[in-house]
Amino acid sequence: MPRTPLEPRFTIEHLSILDSDGNLDTALEPDLPADELKRLYRAMLLGRRLDERMVRLQRQGRIGTFAPIKGQEASQLGSVSTLRPTDWMVPSFRETAAMIWRGWPIDKLLLFFAGFLEGGQPAPAQHDLGITIPVATQLPHAVGLAYAAQYRGEDAVVMAFFGDGATSEGDFHEAANFAGVWHVPVVFVCQNNQWAISVPLKKQTHSRTIAQKALAYGFPGIQVDGNDVLAVHAASREAVERARAGGGPTLIECVTYRLGVHTTADDPTKYRTDEEVAEWARKDPLTRFTEYLRKKNLLEDGLEAQVDAEIAEAIRRFEATPPPDPLAIFAHAYAELPPDVAAQRRELAERLQAPPPRRADEEHPPAPPMRGQRMTRR
Amino acid sequence: MAVMTYREALNLALREEMHRDPRVFVIGEEVGLYQGAYKVTQGLLEEFGPERIVDTPIAESGFTGIGIGAAMVGLRPVVEMMTFNFALLALDQIVNSAAKMNYMSGGQYNIPIVIRGPGGPAAQLAAQHSQSMETYFYHVPGLKVVRPSTPADAKGLLKAAIRDDNPVIFIESETLYALKGEVPDDPDFVIPLGQGIVRREGTDVTVVAYMGMLYRALEAAEELAVEGISVEIVDPRTLRPMDTELILASVRKTHRAVVVEAGAGFAGMGSEIAACITEQGFDELDAPVERVTGESAPMPYARNLEKAKTPSKEKIVAAIRRVCYANGNGS
Ligand SMILES: Cc1ncc(C[n+]2csc(CCOP(=O)(O)OP(=O)(O)O)c2C)c(N)n1
Ligand SMILES: [Mg+2]
Repeated sequence: MPRTPLEPRFTIEHLSILDSDGNLDTALEPDLPADELKRLYRAMLLGRRLDERMVRLQRQGRIGTFAPIKGQEASQLGSVSTLRPTDWMVPSFRETAAMIWRGWPIDKLLLFFAGFLEGGQPAPAQHDLGITIPVATQLPHAVGLAYAAQYRGEDAVVMAFFGDGATSEGDFHEAANFAGVWHVPVVFVCQNNQWAISVPLKKQTHSRTIAQKALAYGFPGIQVDGNDVLAVHAASREAVERARAGGGPTLIECVTYRLGVHTTADDPTKYRTDEEVAEWARKDPLTRFTEYLRKKNLLEDGLEAQVDAEIAEAIRRFEATPPPDPLAIFAHAYAELPPDVAAQRRELAERLQAPPPRRADEEHPPAPPMRGQRMTRR
Repeated sequence: MAVMTYREALNLALREEMHRDPRVFVIGEEVGLYQGAYKVTQGLLEEFGPERIVDTPIAESGFTGIGIGAAMVGLRPVVEMMTFNFALLALDQIVNSAAKMNYMSGGQYNIPIVIRGPGGPAAQLAAQHSQSMETYFYHVPGLKVVRPSTPADAKGLLKAAIRDDNPVIFIESETLYALKGEVPDDPDFVIPLGQGIVRREGTDVTVVAYMGMLYRALEAAEELAVEGISVEIVDPRTLRPMDTELILASVRKTHRAVVVEAGAGFAGMGSEIAACITEQGFDELDAPVERVTGESAPMPYARNLEKAKTPSKEKIVAAIRRVCYANGNGS
């Protein structure tokens, strides 16, 4: 018996519409209205300016560690901008621009990175999950949201974000497998920024592309130039529409680059060259979109100052927030307050109100206990 | 009241809650067509259909995470673990997501999920299949942990767990599935989580035990009754939150305590209960609290070794005698 090929050979497409030299494939150019283009541009610019500002705030000790997005604005915004408010956005930990697009107030995000619990609290009607730290573990949640939407007969689509490194985790594969088997409306957006902390993509996977991993799970995957907001938008719109129409999941690999540090606790000069960074800086998503809009005469004067003012105002609100009440730690440990937690809360409340404890060198320090000494209550 | 098995009681609880609340669904390996690896979901696929009785690929982390996602938007999943030993593959989802989501979202996303299945030693299931997994979970703030020892408790506690707004770890026992007992028919019979029960009244010593160990402790109590030692047995039923008041009330009466658990003793349930009694009832004690636990070794496969590893009635009897200073030499 001969060997017979079972399937046609798979192919993976790479989509690029506006390249780093400003060349535009007019046949593929999405028909985005001017307002939409301007809104996208403003969000990208705000994402960039805020990111740079946040790095400074962190260096000044005004917020804690966070994962900057510089270089990845197009990947995040091109994709998330194709969602409706009633759709769901499931971030990992590097989606500041996408979160702001979805309506997280800037001051709330800053509160989050300053350690305030309320910073992680989405508004009641907001269809977003919060930041997740364990890599890829948000992906099964995304499938669960999609399953719930299907269960209730809603037409919501779920968009889930993750990095190239995340595709090595079991939860990525389990989520993709479930999404394929159940044919649920999930769009997996991988921001392939070439690095997982110090581990380059070639040490993360031997696959030629990340997009092709979708094929193993029986749904389409596409690679796009992640620094080309038009390409990301076009691929995402197609995937979201397909999902909404019952066509199941899609994996979109956005090929991009993390121009900055992994987190503010990282020093990338230890593991990558300046030449590599410079090469990618040349492909900056913002530069080429600026040029595109300039040609279309859609650039607004003073936009940068406007965006900076918005950020400054948010920082002012953030810093005017009084410190959180320590008792808040118990508020949502459980849906209600179980007796043992209630007892701890009472104890902490008393401790917070009590006068400072007496010092050992005060007038009459209590005598140290003697061996064999015992006070009983029985 | 009807007499039924523990397994049937669980099945009835699922059925009643699924009728009561359309948001409840069951998800796991072999729960549908196969009716559950231990037949707890018998007949449910036929009654509720594949949207609500969901057979999954073999992916514990995946389907637990999916349950968590569905719970965030208000569904009430019951996730079946074929055995709790396999829940280790979902430990991150349970600990880092289920237990923390409500907290991290400032109360926006509570996780009303039940994760259930058998755990603990059974008959010759060996090292990777016999572990008492409750210890892994009750340490985590945000989780509730239930171990139901009788058919009535199986029903009443599972219903309470499904109605609870928190993630609940609900660990059954293979050795109890065939156990018969009276179970209330009332569809609104629920046993609130966090309420223990006195299984046997006594005056000389308090024994805390649950699941298989409860029955061994009851045998030990019978044996000691002949010698005139009156043993009170407390079954906590819910390990977190624990009914410490019930345990302390019993100790205030008996002034002695023995905690029995099937798992290894180090940092186990016995440690927690002993600490609780020491902190809150030290002056009540006439003897140090004793722990009777499994040995600190993986569960062997051979029957005689398995027996050696698991707390026996004799070991329980000996511990009770020790705390009662009734070991025959007056010491
Ligand atoms: C389960 C888990 N393992 C390890 C880490 C530590 N960690 C945080 S981010 C990261 C790299 C992630 O790389 P990638 O998925 O490419 O995302 P990127 O940071 O590049 O956006 C690692 C290893 C973690 N947060 N979670
Ligand atoms: Mg990466």
